[in-house]
Amino acid sequence: MLHQHSLTALRDMLRRKEVSSEELTRHFLDRIGQFSSLNAFIAVDEEGAIESARKADQAIASGQLADLTGLPIAHKDIFCTRRLTTTCGSKMLAGFTAPYDATVVERLDSAGVVVTGKTNMDEFAMGSSNETSFFGSVQNPWDITRVPGGSSGGSAAAVAARLVPGATGTDTGGSIRQPAAFCGLTGLKPSYGRVSRYGMIAFASSLDQGGPLTRSAEDAALFFSAMAGFDSRDSTSIAQEAPSVDDLLSKPLKGLRLGLPTEFLDDSVDAEVLARVREALDALESLGAQLVDVSLPNSSAGIPCYYVIAPAEASSNLSRFDGVRFGHRSRDAADLQSLYENSRAEGFGDEVKRRILIGTYVLSAGYYDAYYLKAQKIRRIISEDFSKAFERCDVIVGPTSPTTAFALGEKTKDPVSMYLNDIFTNTVNLAGLPGLSIPVGFDTAGLPVGMQLIGRFMDEASLLSVGHRYQQETDWHVRCPEGFG
Amino acid sequence: MRVARLARLKIADGEIANYQAGLAEILTLVAQMDDCDTDGVAPLAQPQDIALRLRDDQVTETNERERLQSSAPQVEDGLYLVPRVVE
Repeated sequence: MLHQHSLTALRDMLRRKEVSSEELTRHFLDRIGQFSSLNAFIAVDEEGAIESARKADQAIASGQLADLTGLPIAHKDIFCTRRLTTTCGSKMLAGFTAPYDATVVERLDSAGVVVTGKTNMDEFAMGSSNETSFFGSVQNPWDITRVPGGSSGGSAAAVAARLVPGATGTDTGGSIRQPAAFCGLTGLKPSYGRVSRYGMIAFASSLDQGGPLTRSAEDAALFFSAMAGFDSRDSTSIAQEAPSVDDLLSKPLKGLRLGLPTEFLDDSVDAEVLARVREALDALESLGAQLVDVSLPNSSAGIPCYYVIAPAEASSNLSRFDGVRFGHRSRDAADLQSLYENSRAEGFGDEVKRRILIGTYVLSAGYYDAYYLKAQKIRRIISEDFSKAFERCDVIVGPTSPTTAFALGEKTKDPVSMYLNDIFTNTVNLAGLPGLSIPVGFDTAGLPVGMQLIGRFMDEASLLSVGHRYQQETDWHVRCPEGFG
Repeated sequence: MRVARLARLKIADGEIANYQAGLAEILTLVAQMDDCDTDGVAPLAQPQDIALRLRDDQVTETNERERLQSSAPQVEDGLYLVPRVVE
């Protein structure tokens, strides 16, 4: 079946003309329609996708190949697209069409992809379960009564259900890695500054980073290589070209030191998750990696620090939604003040409002030092903890999330318990480091377990190389949820 | 709620208690920051910890007023319309 092939395999099949892009695109579009009850997509673009596929087939016929020519993908609905609506999962932007394409969208277009549609997500990427979306929750293909994770939940569900072979995501505190773990995928959060944020709707600007969700590390390297690289339109973009796929996958595992932080491997983690991670570590050790103990002593301060910095930046970023220039506008507006207040009250959902209020509070006069400044100091301490750990090891390894996918509705009433999901992922954003989640097995309920690899700044290559080597010896990443074969 | 006014966010009277409870819970979580000794530590605003790149002060974008205003709820003669501010 076509949809069981990896992105890399499909690329090779297209090049050998064993399948046409139009054939492939129609196949995936059919599946998107067939499994629409997952609610993974907010918008589907059949006409545009077929048109791009035909162009790709012409390019293939004339030998003008780009890296991803003819491969169907989907974009998280946080990336601005001129052709399709961009909602960010919010009523505030329902029906909004951006006047420009995000750099990531532009780059992937010029790499030849076929965009099938835009995927569902937590509202403004604020959530860990995709349940805050204005467009409804998304089902996890491994168990449709469970969440796919978030905020890139639609992208994760779509790739796991084989509705597309790869999709874009964004990660502010774990929003690529946690859904990848919950859906049995490979998800890469690149180093801060690697992938342009231009046209990626901002949540917390010092933490946000775009990246790919795919089935394998090899596919992630292919996708990432096409997304990354310097962009003058993003002031935090790093002046380095995107690494090649070969460079990303070719670091030897032999002699590589994998650091195990004691703080990530204690009994706060579900026993089955811990067992799968330990088995994966044993496998990597037998393949030549060296395991060393490291410590990240201040990682418990990560969650409180993150929940000051992220809402503070969000409250500032989301002040642009004023009902005047774009987005939802209240009909109930006697004066300018009530136009702002009512448009925002009607346009934003509960979780977004909560974070705007927290962010406004921690930045307000008299509280700034105690909250925002304190959090920024902790941020440096957390970053320095990582630097010290990397003196003893090359890659840090642990669980991506303390549990496997939880039930839909289980945590919606309790925001703080939802926040604790990101305990192993958000320190990585605070420090700006690259992180990768790879599937390392299942729990007894049949739910995927993810293992997180954390690298030095700009060293995505070590992460993807370890992932690729592991996936050459194991088959967790090719397992398919029942009913989607 | 004073903070809601600062954030230009209308919170209905019936919802205030619910938001206050949620915020109190989050602030309890955030208070765990006090366990971390930060004496003498310089704040870190963004991970690269470097000054942002500057560009030459030159016009790089074309004027696309109409296209940009096409997503606005209410526009007239190239201007955004809002409720009357000055009587």
